[in-house]
Amino acid sequence: MRDAPGAERITVRGLVQGVGFRPFVYLIAGKAGITGSVRNTGAGVEIDAFGTGAALTDFRNRLTGDAPPLARIDAIDAAPLGAPAPRDFSIELSTGGAVHAAATPDAALCDACRAELLDPGDRRHGYVFLNCTHCGPRFSILRALPYDRANTTMARFPMCPACRAEYRDVADRRFHAQPTACPECGPMLWAEHAGDATQREIGAGAIARAAECLSRGGIVALKGIGGFHLACDATDRSAIHLLRTRKRRPDKPFALMIRDLAATQAFVRVNDAEAAALVSPAAPIVLLDMLPGGPLPEGLAPGLNRLGIMLPYSPLHAMLMEAVDVPLVMTSGNPGGDPQVTTNAEARDRLADFADLFLMHDRDIANRVDDSLVQVTSGRARPLRRGRGLAPRPLPLPEGFGASHPQVIAFGGDIKNTFGLAKGGVAVLSQHIGDLSGLATEADFLRTLELFETLYGLSPAVIAADPHPGYRSRSLARDLASARGLPLVEVGHHHAHAAACMVEHGVPLDTAPVLAVVQDGIGIGEAGALWGCEVLHCDYRGAKRLATLRTAPLPGGDQAARQPWRNLLARLSQAGTRDSWPASLCERLRGQPTEPLIAAMASGLNTPASSSAGRLFDAVAAAAGLCVARQTYEGEAAMRLQAAAEGWLTRNVADPYHFEIVDRPDMIEVDPAPIWPRIAADLAQEEAPGAMAARFHAGWARIWAEVVTRLSTDTGCDTIFLSGGVFQNRLLSAMLAERLDGAGLTVRQHAEVPANDGGLALGQIAVALARYQTENRGG
Amino acid sequence: LAHGAGGRAMRDLIDEIFLKAFGETRVSGLEDQARLALDAFGGGTLAFTTDSFVIDPIFFPGGDIGKLAVCGTVNDLVVGGAKPVALTCSVIIEEGLAFADLHRIAESMATAAAEAGCRIVTGDTKVVPRGAADRIFVNTAGIGAIPADRSLAARHIRPGDALIVNTTLGEHGAAVMAARGDLGLTSALQSDCRPLGELVEALLEAAPDTRAIRDATRGGVATVLNEFAAASGTCCRIAEDKLPLREEVRGISEILGLDPLYIACEGLFVAAVPQAQTEAALAALRKRSGGEAACQIGEVVATPQGRAVMTSFFGGDRLVDMLEGEQLPRIC
Ligand SMILES: [Fe+3]
Ligand SMILES: [Mg+2]
Ligand SMILES: [Zn+2]
Ligand SMILES: [Zn+2]
Repeated sequence: MRDAPGAERITVRGLVQGVGFRPFVYLIAGKAGITGSVRNTGAGVEIDAFGTGAALTDFRNRLTGDAPPLARIDAIDAAPLGAPAPRDFSIELSTGGAVHAAATPDAALCDACRAELLDPGDRRHGYVFLNCTHCGPRFSILRALPYDRANTTMARFPMCPACRAEYRDVADRRFHAQPTACPECGPMLWAEHAGDATQREIGAGAIARAAECLSRGGIVALKGIGGFHLACDATDRSAIHLLRTRKRRPDKPFALMIRDLAATQAFVRVNDAEAAALVSPAAPIVLLDMLPGGPLPEGLAPGLNRLGIMLPYSPLHAMLMEAVDVPLVMTSGNPGGDPQVTTNAEARDRLADFADLFLMHDRDIANRVDDSLVQVTSGRARPLRRGRGLAPRPLPLPEGFGASHPQVIAFGGDIKNTFGLAKGGVAVLSQHIGDLSGLATEADFLRTLELFETLYGLSPAVIAADPHPGYRSRSLARDLASARGLPLVEVGHHHAHAAACMVEHGVPLDTAPVLAVVQDGIGIGEAGALWGCEVLHCDYRGAKRLATLRTAPLPGGDQAARQPWRNLLARLSQAGTRDSWPASLCERLRGQPTEPLIAAMASGLNTPASSSAGRLFDAVAAAAGLCVARQTYEGEAAMRLQAAAEGWLTRNVADPYHFEIVDRPDMIEVDPAPIWPRIAADLAQEEAPGAMAARFHAGWARIWAEVVTRLSTDTGCDTIFLSGGVFQNRLLSAMLAERLDGAGLTVRQHAEVPANDGGLALGQIAVALARYQTENRGG
Repeated sequence: LAHGAGGRAMRDLIDEIFLKAFGETRVSGLEDQARLALDAFGGGTLAFTTDSFVIDPIFFPGGDIGKLAVCGTVNDLVVGGAKPVALTCSVIIEEGLAFADLHRIAESMATAAAEAGCRIVTGDTKVVPRGAADRIFVNTAGIGAIPADRSLAARHIRPGDALIVNTTLGEHGAAVMAARGDLGLTSALQSDCRPLGELVEALLEAAPDTRAIRDATRGGVATVLNEFAAASGTCCRIAEDKLPLREEVRGISEILGLDPLYIACEGLFVAAVPQAQTEAALAALRKRSGGEAACQIGEVVATPQGRAVMTSFFGGDRLVDMLEGEQLPRIC
């Protein structure tokens, strides 16, 4: 049977630029017997394909089936083409122009490069700056678009003839690999004494020097992909102690780097989805369950049952891990809560007190990118922090937010700041920026915002921000809006959380309102109120609150977020007069300045009311004795509470704590007052803290399942969105999801952006766009 | 204290209290206005300011509303380099305030004015029904004379200047909070409320090129630093570990979750002094009452322009923002 020749123009949308897609198309065209051409366009990649019907089918199958590791195909369209068939297949080079898909995340060392790195016969043996089209630094070295070497920090390393030949060879793995390099032409590594830059060891000896320093219990500051890390031997108790002392970081868990997947088995449990996350090109830190009684010393993650683990993701890390052969603590080199240090000069200046040795090089980091952090729940990797490897991967906006929507910049939250932009049907979130109250972080924010505006050719029509009057992000947004004469849309904190989750799950713009459970620390809700645990009935335009946690004062404002006992005091004060408080709970408050705070609560002196779920978790952690006086890092009390519950849990908790549902005229209120006598009774019985933690988790999940089920009946909504920082608690998420599932409801959780404030900007974008479009349609 | 139709006699009585306390000048002011000879200003500049005072409790350790009302206005004059000449005093009294309290307040105003080297020359009294005011509100206005050779102004501040304070932070606000019986805080704290004229003169003698002085009242030291930075287009950079803070103030602010940088002072000024004159300035201040704890808290740098910045204990820099209303918790 004869197969008639055909021709079509194929448009591929998604992450298809800067990931080796055109050479891939060239190669499969050859294999399928297709002639024609391929080029980058503003929308993605466009292919003119000529061949027999069978060849074209084969070609299209390969296009989707064999796509390069870093590519992500969102859509393929094909239209008939009426043009004469060319004799061969060619790659048309970029002509510049607005290309919105071209800032791609950094990617971990690929297997092919790793093999070369370790192959004594290879010309790049041991060369820690090797990379190819499928791996290596991208966003972290990017200064401008298009993504050409000249616009990266590799610009000052002209390629040698050998590298150039590979770069030009369409069949080579390094065809158009912008940062490609070899020992002849590329960057150089050295080890340097902290405090004495003249004492240097260049090249291969540098890694040996670092390994030796680590094996002696020393601390090495090494320049990674997105910034400097401080490393020490994770099996060496005194090295860990030294690092904690120098960093003044008493309890905050440390992340570990382990040489490969197989080696992780000795320390942590890894399921398939977790393994996939570990070895993915993003190579994030993955939170993994520690093996009970494992070989690691205590003090890596005090009071917790999980460890953050990552695999070596750059050639430098790979070589170092080869040389030391023990897990290393790998914590960011950020003095005084400032952002991670990125330049050699700054490292010498600011990390010399922390480190004994520097492992540094002369490839500059253009953009700071912290390690991404993910956890796997319900079989999916869910980010807790989007940094290296994940940012700035674009996120498609749902139906109704057409490609022609106005452009938006959303300023996000304040403490885990991540900003975002929307253009042409996609949203792009920045990497995790951090706490904007730090001046260096704020400078980073402004610099990165400027970079994004240039990279994506932005001309925003609307600016979105959180309404919190004390947020730095809001005043920066206001400055920008007024400087450019743009409208500023303030998006309620919890509405933004809910909307972020809706966007992720493709809820269209014009949709009937859904139900969202938002449990959080503190954010501004309606009329300046401090919310933190609400059920919202919302679409993108607005949100109505249907249920909340009964408010309690925050004694001392933000001090309540640092000192868990304050929240116990506030909840006890609310539940009854002082003489009615159980003795076992009073014991937790002993030695604390309760009297002035009780008076301050009575007179309203810096004790604002809030429905924060996070602070209730703090109160329970204090009551259970898991974290009473102060948290040494954000979320410590809740994390310890979760860990204790998980440690105790035997699947079903027979006697969850009881909460009271109070029907108010306008909404449902959940009152935690009944749990305090129960906790007191458990304390009197000398129950384990884990038992109390588990009963609290189970009771909390049960009450919210009950509230949501009722509201679902009232509203007819059967899809429930979960958002807010509290849902980083995998135990609570699982318990609540299970109950809602059981009630026949569909549960939607975050999987692309964090449930915490790192995802806020995405929701702000959607709400701002929805409101802007409504206004401009209506008016 | 009563008020009403027959209030005329009562008001006379109240006037009596003030006239006695403030002495001759007001008695001599039989006319509707106080009269001051212009030669008091000796060819310099007239400084003129006013402020109203409302405080709970009206008597607190280290002072009362009367002393506060005099010192507040006097200090607004002297930080401009002025020698205070005369004050006015207007009070609004809630029906029911005890005479003895009023006496005490008037005496205390007179003492503070004498200490500040000026007189209270005219004033007014109103009594309002219960609930229409909270015990007593006091307004003072003051005029002073700035010698011709002085030009203290925040716009003169430039990078390299030292930022100094004469005393420890937040003592007034902390003492007042501690004094509010309902908080059940016991402390030996006293308000720092005092006239600052002598200290300012001593400072200007030792450091004649002092650029600017401002007293930190409501909004605390943070507000002054922001005003300095904004007016001069510079950055006021302070160091957390250099801030002079009494243990009691630190304790109270930690308990209540208040930042001492924002707590009100009534006897503290911040001055921007050329680096070369800083040592002399501090030495001069430390010799005087109210200046014993004088120290440098930071310096003026070029950038970020218009901002106040603090280097924290741990080395990172954070913005010391102006407060927009009440400080709301932001930790999510
Ligand atoms: Fe939040
Ligand atoms: Mg004043
Ligand atoms: Zn590679
Ligand atoms: Zn080369």
